[in-house]
Amino acid sequence: MSAPEAEGGIPEGQEVAERRLHPVTPLRRAWAPVALIAGWAAHDPDQAQEQLTRLTTVTLLAGLAVLLPAAALYGFLSWWFTHYAVTETELRIRTGLFFRRTAHIRLDRLQAVDINRPLLARVAGVAKLRLDAIGTDKKDELAYLSEDEARALRAELLARAAGFAPRTAREVGEAPVRQLLHVPPGMLAVSLLLIGSTWGSLLSALAVPTLLWFGTHSVWSVLATGLPLAGGAATRTAGRFVRAYDWTVGESPDGLRIDHGLLDRAHETVPPGRVQTLRIVEPLLWRRRGWVRVELDVAGSSNPVLVPVAPRAAAELVIARVLPGVTVPTSLSRPPRRAGWCLPLWWRGHGLAVTDSVFAAGRGLLRRRLALVPHAKVQSVRLTQGPWERFRKVADVNVDTGANRTVRARLRDAEEAAALLMAQADRSRTGRRDALPDRWMVP
Amino acid sequence: MHGGAGTVWTGLPPGLLRMRRLLLVVWLGLLALGTGLLLGLLAGPAWALFALLPLASMLWGWVLLGRNWRSWRYTERADDLLISRGVLWREETVVPYGRMQLVEVTSGPVARHFGLASVQLHTAAAATDATIPGLDPAEAERLRDRLTELGEARSAGL
Repeated sequence: MSAPEAEGGIPEGQEVAERRLHPVTPLRRAWAPVALIAGWAAHDPDQAQEQLTRLTTVTLLAGLAVLLPAAALYGFLSWWFTHYAVTETELRIRTGLFFRRTAHIRLDRLQAVDINRPLLARVAGVAKLRLDAIGTDKKDELAYLSEDEARALRAELLARAAGFAPRTAREVGEAPVRQLLHVPPGMLAVSLLLIGSTWGSLLSALAVPTLLWFGTHSVWSVLATGLPLAGGAATRTAGRFVRAYDWTVGESPDGLRIDHGLLDRAHETVPPGRVQTLRIVEPLLWRRRGWVRVELDVAGSSNPVLVPVAPRAAAELVIARVLPGVTVPTSLSRPPRRAGWCLPLWWRGHGLAVTDSVFAAGRGLLRRRLALVPHAKVQSVRLTQGPWERFRKVADVNVDTGANRTVRARLRDAEEAAALLMAQADRSRTGRRDALPDRWMVP
Repeated sequence: MHGGAGTVWTGLPPGLLRMRRLLLVVWLGLLALGTGLLLGLLAGPAWALFALLPLASMLWGWVLLGRNWRSWRYTERADDLLISRGVLWREETVVPYGRMQLVEVTSGPVARHFGLASVQLHTAAAATDATIPGLDPAEAERLRDRLTELGEARSAGL
């Protein structure tokens, strides 16, 4: 990663160069009126048909003659008025035809960068780029950019966020990626078949319409309940498979790379030190095969999955790269036996382990979940104790993280919990000192 | 309780308890009066006894407010703020100064009349529920300034 001589670098004091999105973008917006009409027709089919029969060819053509240019104009104008620019410290997005909106996103606050390529966009050779920071939402997505541009912009944004000098940020280029894990399609398919919710949704999609048919003999009501159920079942089974197909986790100096998708491709980059919580989930039927799913929380990001399915050892290797220096605790300490009065039977599923680097709380008897919070990511620690818990002399310790997730270690011995509260506050303060800086390439 | 030896806890000022009790008496008193009059005139004097219900809850609330008020306390430790509260559902919150994103001092019209202001700390986690209700405005401002100062000195992001 040398810094080549900047020949076309930005001269000092020059105005920030504003760029436009890819010219294909207006087409996306042109869909809006069409989608509106289709939505209305689907919502109210009877009336739509009535209106359709009244349409003559002339009115239809006239309507189209008004609608299409209007949609095209709207698409064109909204494209024309959308600009983005990368300055030394910010990504600026200026948009809006009537309601102006300017978003300045500080690059050192960047939590993740996502490039998404939906199927149609892949055909057109364009991609969406999204910066995840706290407070950004769907509006702050750059859609669409050409694929090369999106990749170059991502590299530039990451380089700037990492703290490279502005002159060199553009020339640093794409960081090399080393593959950590790839999920084979066969394993993914089997893992989805071994989840209860897959079968639950399939069964309900079959059983509910059938029962309804015998109950009412009305095609409409069967369709009205059956279609959403079938849709839900499809997204839960095939949809999950298609989304997680070819799931690849890679590592680069930019951070963690997650690429996945069969039809819609998604490429996510999580810079180092951005992961707030990791969760290892082990559904009951996966246990015999020793498979786990790993989920992660990054502030401001929506994708929670790091590894959809992998053997435990492989998953732990990935975790060791994501949270450097962290080993997944193998044994958790159970709550005291008297906790059974507060939570019969299930108290056995709860457990806690605190290592030098993470606070790990497990729960669940059938479907085991283990949440790991690096000490440096703890925002506040709370001890809560209900009346019944106080009677049995146990208490819960809650650890709040920046991704709006609270990890609870339930039913600890009251004395232990009080000590843990103070110790955890100290650890979260000192843990911060050893953590990477926000601009991770700056020594 | 858990601050360790030598911890100096600060409680809430008695003004807050006075305000809460006054509000309780006013609202429940009005409710009792309304119930008593309405039922007494429309359904007969015996029914007016239902006005005793709000009165009883007023008594109960009077005691509860006192207990709740006594349970609130906070202490500024070297590196974090510790807030302890609750009678039946106890909660203790520790917020390291470096994690504070924003300190807010608010006071509504009634609270202002009683000379009270509440301090709320925000961290990057929305679950952090660190509010100290009803402080003396001067103390609230002192606390805000001190927390901001300590927060800057120990600042850490996400």
